[in-house]
Formats: sequence, C-alpha cells, structure tokens
Amino acid sequence: MQNFRYLENVTTLKLNVDKCIGCGMCEIVCPHKVFKVEKPKAAIIDRDACMECGACATNCPAEAISVTPGVGCASYIFKTWIKGKDAVIGCC
Amino acid sequence: MKELLLKKHDAEQDSRACCSGSARGGECKPLSQPLGIPMARPEEDDVPCCGPKPGPPSSPFEKPGYRMWHFVDGFTDTSVGPVPRIETTMRIKDIAGTLKARLGISRDRYRVAPGLYSVGNPGVDSPVLVTANYKLSFDSLRRELSSVDAWILVLDTRGVNVWCAAGKRTFSTEEVIRQVDLVGLERLVAHRELILPQLGAPGVSSQAVKKGCGFKVIWGPIRAADIKAFLTNGRKAEADMRQVTFAIGERTVLIPVELSLIVKPSLIIFLTLFILSGIGPDIFSFSAAWFRGLHGTVAYLFGVLAGAVVVPILLPWVPMRQFYIKGILTGLTAGIFVILSLGGTISRLESLTLLLFTTAVSSYAAMNFTGATPYTSPSGVEKEMRQGIPIQIIAVATAVIAWVAAPFLN
Repeated sequence: MQNFRYLENVTTLKLNVDKCIGCGMCEIVCPHKVFKVEKPKAAIIDRDACMECGACATNCPAEAISVTPGVGCASYIFKTWIKGKDAVIGCC
Repeated sequence: MKELLLKKHDAEQDSRACCSGSARGGECKPLSQPLGIPMARPEEDDVPCCGPKPGPPSSPFEKPGYRMWHFVDGFTDTSVGPVPRIETTMRIKDIAGTLKARLGISRDRYRVAPGLYSVGNPGVDSPVLVTANYKLSFDSLRRELSSVDAWILVLDTRGVNVWCAAGKRTFSTEEVIRQVDLVGLERLVAHRELILPQLGAPGVSSQAVKKGCGFKVIWGPIRAADIKAFLTNGRKAEADMRQVTFAIGERTVLIPVELSLIVKPSLIIFLTLFILSGIGPDIFSFSAAWFRGLHGTVAYLFGVLAGAVVVPILLPWVPMRQFYIKGILTGLTAGIFVILSLGGTISRLESLTLLLFTTAVSSYAAMNFTGATPYTSPSGVEKEMRQGIPIQIIAVATAVIAWVAAPFLN
C-alpha cells in the first residue's frame, strides 16, 4: 500500500496516550498499519496513511482513540454537504 | 437416509399420477394401479405416458415455499436443527452471477439468506466464521474453505460487502449479537469465539459483542484467501494479512460498476448536448444539433474513459495525489486526442471548448473513483472536492457558453 499515499495532514485521528492501556487492538484492526504498540503503549507511526474508517476507535476498550469516521467517497461528501454530516450514514 | 427418502419420494410421485405435457394439451391421467399398493418402480422407458422423459425427482430437502440454493449439498443435524451444508466449489451459475454483479446488473439483489451455514463436518469445537450476505462476499469465503470444518454465520448486511456494510453500520455490533441469538449459537458450539473479517471492524466493537452475547471476537485476516493459513497458524494473522491492497486487477474489476452508475446521468447529458449544439443563428438547426452534438458526445465519452477507466487502471502512475488533478491530466491527454482525431472539421474555438469539456468530465469522474478506493479518507476527499468542484464547474460553464456562442462567431 506504500505506493498509494493520499493527502497529508488531513486526518482527524487522535490518540490519547494517557488513556491507552497498550492492548494492541488498534494495531490489529487498522488496515493501513497506522499504529504500532511500542511497549507499554500504542503509538501512531503513520498518521497520513489513516483513511478514517473508524475501526480503531470503535474497538479501543480504553476509548483512547478518536476519529471522525466516514467514507472517503465523493458522493458521500456531497450528501453530507446537502443533508448535514449526522444525517448521512452510508454512501455509494 | 438420503437414499431412502429419495426412494420413498419417488414411489409416492409415481403412484399418484402421470402428468406431463398437460400444458401442451396432453391429458393428466391417474395410473391404473390403485394408491397404497406397493408397486415396483417402472423402468422409465416403460412408463405408459406421453411427452418427454420426466426430470429428476425433487430433492428430499425441498420444502414448500422455499427454494434450495444450488450451493447447498445437504444438511448437518445439530442441536439447533438442521444446518445447510454448503459446497466450496464455484459453479457456472456462481461465476455468471459474479460477472453480472461486477457489471452492476441487479447487484443490490445479489444476496444469500442470512443465518447459519456449515462447511465440511463441523462439531461443537469448530470455528464460527462471520461474513456478509452479499453473495460475492459469501462466495469468496466458501471457495476458500475446501477441507475445512466450520460454521458460517451470515449477517444481514442488505446484500452489501463486509467493508462497505461496516461503514454503513449494517455489519454491526447489534447485527452480530442478533444473529448469534437468532441461530442459538451458544447451544450449537462449546466455545465462545467468533472469527470476524478484519474489515468488519469499523462497524463492530469487539468489547460490545462480548458484553452483548458472551462471544469473544477474534479478528481474522482481511482476505478470505488467507483464512486457511489463519486457522492453521493458531489464529494468528501475518502483518500482510492485515493490510489492504489495491493491485491493478483489484482496481480494474471495479470499473464496470462505476460506469454502470453513470449511465443514467449520461443520457441526460447527451440530450442536453444535442439541444445546446442545435442553437445557432437560425435559432435551432437539426443538422447542427446532430453534427455538433455528436462531437460533444465523443468529447464526453472520452472524458469518462479518461477519468473512470484510465485513472483507475493507471492510478499509481498518474502524477499527483488528488484524484481531480489525476483526472485533469488524463482528461487533457484524451481531449487532445479527440480534437486531433476530429481534425479540421470544427473551428478552433470549438476544439478548445471540447478539450475543456473532456478535461472537466474526466476530472469529475476520477474524483468519484475515490469512493471505490481503500485508502482515501473522508477528510482528504472533502478537501480535494473543495478545490476540484469549483474548477470543474467553471470549466463546464465556460465550455457551455463557448459551445453555444461558437456558431454565432463563425
């Protein structure tokens, strides 16, 4: 996936290291190797690879990760512009 | 047991009536032998009947009001009732169905019934694999399960694949818990583990599933092709099993569906093009509408080709990260090709207009491909749309004005 890089400095991903318990769940569920657990805690090692799917935040038992989840898809963004972000769940 | 049932079934059918070809005017007559008296099964050639030979008898598993799926080859008896056992090989029907879905034909109805299935000869300790009820997802899983004994729990994702369904929250915590309860999974297996595809993680919270139904979620590999290795490897996924890929083949299969989605708007665009092309000093000219309209249509189609076909195929090699710029680059190339091949049949202004139009269409089509890629973030797509859409609107508006003005200037 290294030959597919998208825009930099846009992701809403945040990791609160104080809350992190180092369970490694984020590293397991992330499809883009954004996290690595460097004992005792997780670290974001490739922030710009994040596609904001929300898998990490949904599965973090310590609620240490926050991200505004959504679908990286033009027609989804159109819908959020028209109806507002909360009214749109899926897309294409 | 199966054979016995079959024989019984046959005998019943044979003793009842001989009824074939009644639609073609043949009569439906009862056999001369009375009911209830055991009779030898007649040789098919000897059957005193009209019309072609009857087909094979109905399967003993058929039930009134239901239709058997061709991939079910029997039922496993369990403590929660009979569970369909599925084949792991693809038939012509499956391949044809995949092809149709890939072309976007009745794709939203290409689904299997949610619930519990079995593969091989699973027992109380066999793993439970969870998947979506899009038939393509279901097929890609079962074809990898030859010589595996497992239970398959299919969620009702409304016929959507695992990752998209997780994004739409139909492959969800609630749906996992609902199906586990519905099929009575805790009475079926002795363990308390579910293996979910990793791409279901945006929709499913493992800790909430555990709390909701007592089953522990184990995140399996992304691709069904790795499931066997995952199971034999002590349920550990290698690093590459956890990363999405987007190789040229994976990109190319997505193109037909993308194209099928723009057929309808394209028809409206064609109509508009022909109408705009007819406007001129004579108020409206049908020959101009036809001649210039065709040019516009060709320019449009090349824009679609450049944005929705060339960009996906050449994705890593087209410069720039923004899709709308990738589309501009391929669109300019395609547009130059269009005006070169149309030669001197149109004015210079019209040529430039077509170039602008092809480029704008390509840019928009390429931007739309973001939805099919596995690496674009919504924040990123929104950012590039804020730049790209104004450019596309200005380009199309300029092109329309120039196209309508051209006949007045010549």
